[in-house]
Amino acid sequence: MQSNIISRKRNAKIGQAIMFASTAFALIALVALLLNVLNRSFGNVIVRREIEPSVLSPTPLEQLSRDELNALVKRIADSDDYDGLTRGAYRRLDSEKPFAERSQAEILTVINERLIKEEVVASFTLWQTLFEPASVNAELAKLNNARKAGMPEARVEFRSWVNARFFTQTMGSVAELSGIRTAILGSLAVIAMTMAIALPIGVGAAIYLEEYAKKNRLNDLIQTNITNLAGVPSIIYGMLGLFVFVRALESFTSGAVFGIAGNNGRTILSAGLTMALLVLPIIIINAQEAIRAVPNSLRQASYGLGATQWETIRDHVMPAALPGILTGTILAMSRAMGETAPMVVVGASTFIVSDPTGPFSKFTTLPIQIYNWTAQPDEQFRNIAAAAILVLLIILLSLNMIAILLRNKMRNTN
Amino acid sequence: MTATKHPNSLKRKTRLGEKLIQAFFFFCGFVSIFTTLGIVVALGSQALRFFGEPSINPIELITTTNWSPNIGEIGIWSLVTSTLITTFLALLVAIPLGLAAAIYLSEYATPKVRNTLKPILEILAGVPTVVYGYFALTFMTPLLRLIFGSDVVKIYNMASAGLVCGVMIIPLICSMSEDALRAVPRSLREGSFGLGATKLETSLRVVLPAALSGVIAAIVVGTSRAIGETMIMATAAGAGPNFTFNPFESAETMAGHIVRISGGDVDYNSIDYTSIFIVGLTLFLMTLALNFLSRYFVNKYREVYE
Repeated sequence: MQSNIISRKRNAKIGQAIMFASTAFALIALVALLLNVLNRSFGNVIVRREIEPSVLSPTPLEQLSRDELNALVKRIADSDDYDGLTRGAYRRLDSEKPFAERSQAEILTVINERLIKEEVVASFTLWQTLFEPASVNAELAKLNNARKAGMPEARVEFRSWVNARFFTQTMGSVAELSGIRTAILGSLAVIAMTMAIALPIGVGAAIYLEEYAKKNRLNDLIQTNITNLAGVPSIIYGMLGLFVFVRALESFTSGAVFGIAGNNGRTILSAGLTMALLVLPIIIINAQEAIRAVPNSLRQASYGLGATQWETIRDHVMPAALPGILTGTILAMSRAMGETAPMVVVGASTFIVSDPTGPFSKFTTLPIQIYNWTAQPDEQFRNIAAAAILVLLIILLSLNMIAILLRNKMRNTN
Repeated sequence: MTATKHPNSLKRKTRLGEKLIQAFFFFCGFVSIFTTLGIVVALGSQALRFFGEPSINPIELITTTNWSPNIGEIGIWSLVTSTLITTFLALLVAIPLGLAAAIYLSEYATPKVRNTLKPILEILAGVPTVVYGYFALTFMTPLLRLIFGSDVVKIYNMASAGLVCGVMIIPLICSMSEDALRAVPRSLREGSFGLGATKLETSLRVVLPAALSGVIAAIVVGTSRAIGETMIMATAAGAGPNFTFNPFESAETMAGHIVRISGGDVDYNSIDYTSIFIVGLTLFLMTLALNFLSRYFVNKYREVYE
């Protein structure tokens, strides 16, 4: 009898430890995920350059203004010292696009392509950089020993793959010159489109279901249907978008009916419409909860003063439900921000260097960039994929933080 | 006559503006019905087109195991088995860990601990799946290759994708199960303690059985999520259908296949294009059935305790 109690108490202790360990596992997984991303976003690289930037200018090139860079390029061309940028080459480049009209980033690109010719030969993780410097040095020695005469010496540098250039560059065929500019602008454009469509319809549907709908079969069907839609895999929405928006409504989504020619249906508009359908259930369900939480006395007081139903909703229910609706909206935005599969199916471009210009532009988004870069065999593409993930996670985390704060604020006021 | 007219002014006036606004809101609610219809029409019509092709024999869809529609081989099993294997592996991770975490949060954790841990689980749930895909490929796969040997584990394999997918659905199973566990009335626990049961015995033999339908609903929703999961599979499980039961082999899942085919420049009249819709239809029907099942279980436990 006594031993029975002892063993049961022991089991209870072990059980509790297992339960706690399981909960802690989620925490460990999150930490591992973040560390894995950080590990590849920063670290040493082995770089080979034909000319060191310090030879061209004593101050770092990135710190020079556009005019100073222009003067530098002109001076180099006039001196005729470098094969990469002779006087003739300068004239050719200037006739393609006058240097006076080029941006700072564009001139830097010219300097890099023509003179410095920087090339990342190998990249290392943060772990290798900090704890296995021998492997980095061994690789460097191997590269420099194998170097042919006249070739520049490779050197080790620390690199943060998240850097200013990463935000301003469009994508390219070389990892270290690629950036997320087009992808971020594309993501913002798609989300703006998504929200412009989904927010009014979603809130409208929630108002209908909570304030107007009588209990009958049709309204039950709508409610059940919304819950079911929330469980449909996102890729199915992608196929819906492909069939309806990209193909069936192509003349509308490509802008052809508005007289914009030369596009197919794979546009920001198609993507926004598809995403809007995907996030609608999230917006509706959250808005419904917010509206339901508004006390009935508020409505009755308004009716008692002679307000109509719409006036009551507009002036009393909506203001009270606003924080809840905003929370749902932010959650929907962060969902739309991270969705990849439907965007691939709807046809985001895999390679695009021009900024989106309007609803009928081709586009790419940040998660699609991450997917494409992850699929590349080059180690450096894994690095910039990690850097892009870091940017995406920071954006999403701040969005979620705002949602949580809003929710807490709402709970306190109610 | 005048006497009957007077009370009329107390009758509700029909206001046109009010009616228009109500009509707009009704339309908003109805958009969701259009969405469902759109999904059914899109998937159904293309699936019918697919079966209309002369080179396609619909029976072969479930009697053969090779999937390459452009040469007339349409054995969907190669895509279905890989989906089921990754789902099974995901559940193998997510059910025990998610459920244990739910029991911990609901039965053991102090409010303070719970308020710290729940947001962390929410963050884990909010991480985009493409990030999990990267995690699978750059962390889980090398780890598995280290443990089991790189000649056994392929670079792209179902095990890595499935396990990481399991990590992804832990928060889902955990939070849904926790809701179910917390809905169990306090009196049941008090009764159990009164009879001398330990906390573990109470949790496992009294609270868990009482919340079983809610817990099953959570598991069913988790299964549905794992079946429809796309980016982890497309990134880490492999590109190319493969009929195999070895989780260390690479094999494309249904969702992964759809993404790969539609991601390229596919010709809208080709059989490759229509074939992804039959895969999509299969996927949709599977997840729909699971969603209905979970609703059945959720309603069951609501009836008991609310």
